[in-house]
Amino acid sequence: MLPPNVQSPVKQPTLTELFVGFVGVSLSGFGGALPWARRMIVERKQWMTAEEFNEAFSLAQFLPGPNVVNFSVVFGSRFGGAPGAAVALAGLMGPPILIITGLAIIYSYYGDIAALGRILAGISAAAVGLLIATVAKMAWPLLRAGSMVPALLAAIGFVAIALLHLPLPWVIVVLAPVSVAIAWIRP
Amino acid sequence: MTPVLVTLAGHFALLSLFAIGGANAAIPEMHRLAVDVMHWMSDRQFADMFAMAQISPGPNVIIVTLIGYHVAGFAGALVATAAMIVPTCTLAFLVARVWDRFKGARWRKAIQGGLVPVSIGLMAASAFVVARAADQSWVAVAITIATAAIACFTRLNPLWAFAVAALIGLAGLL
Repeated sequence: MLPPNVQSPVKQPTLTELFVGFVGVSLSGFGGALPWARRMIVERKQWMTAEEFNEAFSLAQFLPGPNVVNFSVVFGSRFGGAPGAAVALAGLMGPPILIITGLAIIYSYYGDIAALGRILAGISAAAVGLLIATVAKMAWPLLRAGSMVPALLAAIGFVAIALLHLPLPWVIVVLAPVSVAIAWIRP
Repeated sequence: MTPVLVTLAGHFALLSLFAIGGANAAIPEMHRLAVDVMHWMSDRQFADMFAMAQISPGPNVIIVTLIGYHVAGFAGALVATAAMIVPTCTLAFLVARVWDRFKGARWRKAIQGGLVPVSIGLMAASAFVVARAADQSWVAVAITIATAAIACFTRLNPLWAFAVAALIGLAGLL
């Protein structure tokens, strides 16, 4: 466990502040909660410096599973151990779960209504566009650097999942070690 | 637990540990499971749930709550969500304790750098799979392209694109 950052000019959140802070992130986090987490933690509350935030988030990002959810655990445990991780996670997930369960109930009653179906058809088309933009932003540094090997690895992952419909665990078990080994050999 | 809850728990717990790049990287596997293998829902319903998860506040991973509810009501929602979150959060908690000790270590950089192309490939596959479910007309394709362009090249809040797309859909133009 990390010692609290006594050397850095940051403030220490209490458990209640952690919970309330992540409730705020969850409710404002539309289309990805990361920018809101950064705004709260670095800019408004000053619980971390920008560098500390990037470092903690890079860990959350490389771990499997939802990034922001991982981040809430990494961040919460840094300031409050296991209870800190639990309250940050509860704050992040509690309100969205309640809201989405409400939507699920509405959908189970009215999902067959043509108007709702048409609205969701429009939104899902836009949502795909947002996802494509995210992928493009992630891929751009690789493409700009002209690094052929990572681009090839990404392409193999795409073909395996999107075109060959292979199960995700198989693809990861083969592709991830190969990719990490290549990154080890040619840093 | 009923068999369907066990199935939900098992699949999502496994998925949680293989979703490199986040919840969106696991979308094709969720689609494969829910539509192709288990026949829990149609392509259209899957696209609807993806849309609902995107427009509701909070992490996009809550699409698993929707899938769980669709399959087995409240218990399904609870089980699917917990299964998707608990394994990876436990891992995050354990790794966070040692991670900073290895700052600058070569293997740490290799893991971080090596997983980037993998997650890009998975996310691209997600976009492809959802696009095939969602883009079933030329107008829908145009909405997708326009939203991607807005998100890439402008600082406009994508909520506006979603609102316009919803109106186009409601008007029956798709």
